[in-house]
This record gives sequence, structure tokens and C-alpha cells, in this order.
Amino acid sequence: MIKEILFMNGFGLYVWSAFAFTILSFALLYVVTKTQYIKEKNKFISKFGTLNPERATSAKSQSINKEILSNTSSI
Amino acid sequence: MFKYFEPSRIFSITSKAPRYVMLLFIITLAIGLTEALILSPEDYKQSHSVRIMYVHVPAAWITLGIFSSMTFLSIIGYIFKIRNFFLISKSLAPSGLVFNIIALVTGSIWGKPTWGTWWAWDARITSMLILGLFYFMYLVAWRIFENKDSAFKITTIITILGIVNVPIIKFSVDWWNTLHQPASINILSKSSIHISMLFPLLIMTAAFALFSLLIFLMKYNTELIKIKNKGLDRL
Repeated sequence: MIKEILFMNGFGLYVWSAFAFTILSFALLYVVTKTQYIKEKNKFISKFGTLNPERATSAKSQSINKEILSNTSSI
Repeated sequence: MFKYFEPSRIFSITSKAPRYVMLLFIITLAIGLTEALILSPEDYKQSHSVRIMYVHVPAAWITLGIFSSMTFLSIIGYIFKIRNFFLISKSLAPSGLVFNIIALVTGSIWGKPTWGTWWAWDARITSMLILGLFYFMYLVAWRIFENKDSAFKITTIITILGIVNVPIIKFSVDWWNTLHQPASINILSKSSIHISMLFPLLIMTAAFALFSLLIFLMKYNTELIKIKNKGLDRL
């Protein structure tokens, strides 16, 4: 049974390589996108930390900024 | 109506959605892979090589769907000056390009046992490669043009030029003599594919669609945070 699934009448190499390429592409795209997301988020948090209290309050009043700061592990 | 497309409104949803989409994607992919690799029958002509269809066809469908959506969003965004539509379009592009590459590479792998060659300059394959180039140009244009107005204009032009290629891809197998087989699934007429193969194909398509949604949400959130980063610089 396992042998049949692996070799697939001699087509196993083609079938498995097509599926492997797809899954690897998914993984790579996910990692790249997540890395970019984390990088931008960390940049935002560190920039926010350098603001003086008055500016920080003003920036925090924007709902989207509040969302970014509260959602530290959204993905 | 367009106030519903405001970034702050959308961000509250897009920032929470990825974890649920990811979960749904993993479940759907697991079912799809089991169906595609183990449970679905082999083809009487192509034997087990037909299983490549379960990654090749959904990838091709999704890349065409994404490019069509990008064109629609870019045109509407340009006409009504809705900046957020460009952001959505830009966030869709990376997964569109990856699905295009997957369709080309898995098609090439499928071509070897079926046609005896990895590549042929036939109408379907070449037009699909051209679509990939349009995706590439679109993404490069966003990197090149610093001025947002120029980027909006150029990317809209690229999508309009690229969309001309979409019906060519779809009908290339009917218009020309190609190595590529004609469509097995038709919405308006009876499909020539058996239900035992159609089911895994649809499950895999759902999984791929969920993955592109996941990447879109992550990319869209990144783009919004990028804009907010620039906003903090101006404070």
C-alpha cells in the first residue's frame, strides 16, 4: 500500500515533486510575508516608544494605531 | 458606501482574521491532500500522473482570479480615487505571482510524463508565462515609483494591459492547436470530469483560495502598518 502510494506506477517522482514544490512555495511565501509583517510591526512599536507623551497620546487616539499596538501576536 | 473600505475599519477585522483562516486552511489542505494523493482514482490514460492536476489546476484558476480582481480594483480605485483599493490590489499580487509560478512549474512536471517534454512554446503555456511577467512588472512598478500617484497610474495600466491576456489564456486551447488539453470543467455545460476527481479538485481549490486569503491579509496588514510608520515620522 505505502509502496504503491510512493511509486505510483513509476509516476511517483513527478507527482511528489509537483506537490513538494507547491508546499515549499507556500512555506516560503508565508515565511517571507510574516517576516515583513513582524519587521514593520517592530519598527512601528519602536517608533511609538520614542514619541513624547503628548504625541503618543495623539497617535494613540487613532483607532488603527491602537489596534496595531494591542495586536502583538495576531498571526 | 466607501467609508466601509476605510483602512482603520478594515484593519480591526484583518488583524484578527489570519489565525482563523490559517486553521481553516490547514484543515482543508489536509483533507485535500488525502483525497488528491490517496483516495482519488488514477486516470485510465494518464495513470497516477493525473494527480498533478490537483495542484496545477487550482493554482492556475487562482492566479487568473487574482489578476482579474487586481484589474477590477485598480480600475475602480483609479476612477473613484479610492486609495485603499490599490492597497488591496497590491496585497493580492504576491500570492498571485506565486500561484502563477506553481501553475507553470507543476505544468512542466506534468508535461514530461504526458507529452514527453518539460516545456513547449504552445499558446496556453506561453500566455501563462506572459501573465507571470505582468505580475512581475506590477510588483516591480510598486518598488520603482516613489510617487504614489505615478504608482497608481502605472500599476493600473499594467493590469489593464495584462487583463487582455486573461481571455487569451482561457480560450487558447480552443483557438489554437495546442499540446495542452481543453478544459474538463465547464460552468455552462456538462463537465467531462468524474465526480471522484472533481471533489478533490474543488477541495484543493478551496485550500489554495484560503492560502491566498491568508497571505493577502498578512500583506495588507503589513502595508497598513507601513503607512502608519510613515505617519509617525510626520508627527
